[in-house]
Amino acid sequence: MSLFICTMADTQKGIILTTLVTAFSIYSAHLYTSLPVKSYPVNLDAGNGKQVWQRYNCTACHQVYGLGGYLGPDLTNVYSFRGPDYIKMLMKSGTDIMPNLHLSDEEINNLLAYLKNIDASGSSDARTFKLKKDGTIEQ
Amino acid sequence: MLAGLMILSAGLLFGLTGALQYIVPGFLKQFLSFEKIRPLHVSAILFWIITGSSGAVFSYLQQSTGKKIYSVLLARIQFYIFSVSIVLIVISYCAGIFGGREYWEFPPVLGLPIAIAWLLFLYNYLRSVPGFKNQPVYVWMWLTGIVFFLFTFLESYLWIFPYFRNNIVNDMTIQWKSYGSMVGSWNMLIYGSSIFLMEKIRGTPSYSRTRLAFLMYFLGLFNLMFNWGHHIYTLPTHSYIKHVSYIVSMTELLIFGKIIYQWKSSLDIAKKYGHYAAYSLLLAADAWVFLTLALSILLSVPAINVYTHGTHFTVAHAMGATIGINSLLLLAFASDILIQAPQQPATANKKFKISLWTVNIALFVFWISLIAAGIQKAQWQMSTEKIPFSVMMLEQRPFFIIFFIAGLVLTIGLLLIIYPLIKNWFITDQKTNIQALL
Repeated sequence: MSLFICTMADTQKGIILTTLVTAFSIYSAHLYTSLPVKSYPVNLDAGNGKQVWQRYNCTACHQVYGLGGYLGPDLTNVYSFRGPDYIKMLMKSGTDIMPNLHLSDEEINNLLAYLKNIDASGSSDARTFKLKKDGTIEQ
Repeated sequence: MLAGLMILSAGLLFGLTGALQYIVPGFLKQFLSFEKIRPLHVSAILFWIITGSSGAVFSYLQQSTGKKIYSVLLARIQFYIFSVSIVLIVISYCAGIFGGREYWEFPPVLGLPIAIAWLLFLYNYLRSVPGFKNQPVYVWMWLTGIVFFLFTFLESYLWIFPYFRNNIVNDMTIQWKSYGSMVGSWNMLIYGSSIFLMEKIRGTPSYSRTRLAFLMYFLGLFNLMFNWGHHIYTLPTHSYIKHVSYIVSMTELLIFGKIIYQWKSSLDIAKKYGHYAAYSLLLAADAWVFLTLALSILLSVPAINVYTHGTHFTVAHAMGATIGINSLLLLAFASDILIQAPQQPATANKKFKISLWTVNIALFVFWISLIAAGIQKAQWQMSTEKIPFSVMMLEQRPFFIIFFIAGLVLTIGLLLIIYPLIKNWFITDQKTNIQALL
């Protein structure tokens, strides 16, 4: 009952808030300084491909690791699943739904390098995850 | 608030056009293809939330302190910066110029004026609050929301540094850290305002200074800070992020329990104050908090999330939160702020009640159709048969048709609530209106 009537002292509020903000700051700083993937080959084409991906707003329709739009398929592992030729052909022609963006050959090659890079980072195939009894998953 | 209502109206029409593109492939493909219409819809709704909530905070802060805000001029500058930025963003989308990051899909340079406007908001707020000693919980919530929105908005631009963007897993980890917490930050602004409004209608400031109110606020803040990992359970990132998020998300069960515990008293109060338009909207939002929270807790269990991730389940959750909770609460603030007390009974008429019921029934059908589409896609994701994506999408067509029809009815219902609010503003003396707001 006291929960609904009693007030909380300002010092108590200050202590809880300071604790939470400190914990959050440490958590964020730790994450920034120890990102999940530490060493990876820097690929200039893939970097340019990421820029092309963003410039044409591909994320509006496509997902990577299940995040993004829902109109088109998830492209995390499309590189190994479909292969570069198939992807290239789709990029050049468009589909009933996907507009032909009139990408240049360089843009297409950069996008392919970017998709290859994403593919190498892991799998988004939910069937490959191991579900554990405590509700967690293992990749 | 008024600007927010206009942005919401535009956002609803963009959303409807996007939904139509699901059932009529290639609709408007040459002029407003989906990669343009989706950001137009999403950004409009986000700007409705942030302009609406900042308008509510300014209005209620004045009512709470009994004084004018520190600087009306700064508030106006903030408003003009937002307005110009929004116009430039719409132009950039229509011209196909993108920054290409989910949710903030405009060129990154346009993020700068938004951050500056928000800094002005923070400064104005801090100078307007006489101090934080013995303040009600909503004063704390507003400050938390303003500070964390600024922090997470800036954090969402860390990708401009190669250190953060060069690897997809690193990039997405930080991106969703910021997005996950950002949602919590505007919820602080909106929920804080709803506590204020609730007490204003009841006429007794009984809840906002209690221990329970502050414990709930700290629980919300704890979730804002640490539960964002549920967005990236399937990303091969640090496993501790996922474990922390899983455990923290489960503390939302306490909020869930509180809603159930207070259900009866909420109903009793509803009978007493249900004639107020604003109060009816607050109550409708309460029901959506219950449904959305239930779905949210389910999606926070990694073993369930694996099935639902990347499906329309997530969209159902987002729509329940942005329409059912955020928009209904913001409309409650709008009807309280834009229609002054003596005119209040005018909105509590039959027309308003029909509109509100229409919105809620249509939203429920809309929500269910998304969940059904989500279940079907989850089955497809887990199936060992390699059914092409296009075939699966064709099978989902009936759900998308229901989704579109429900979306159309929902839009009409919301516009029927919005229109009298805007109309009332224009027919009432402008000077009185501005004085009432600032």
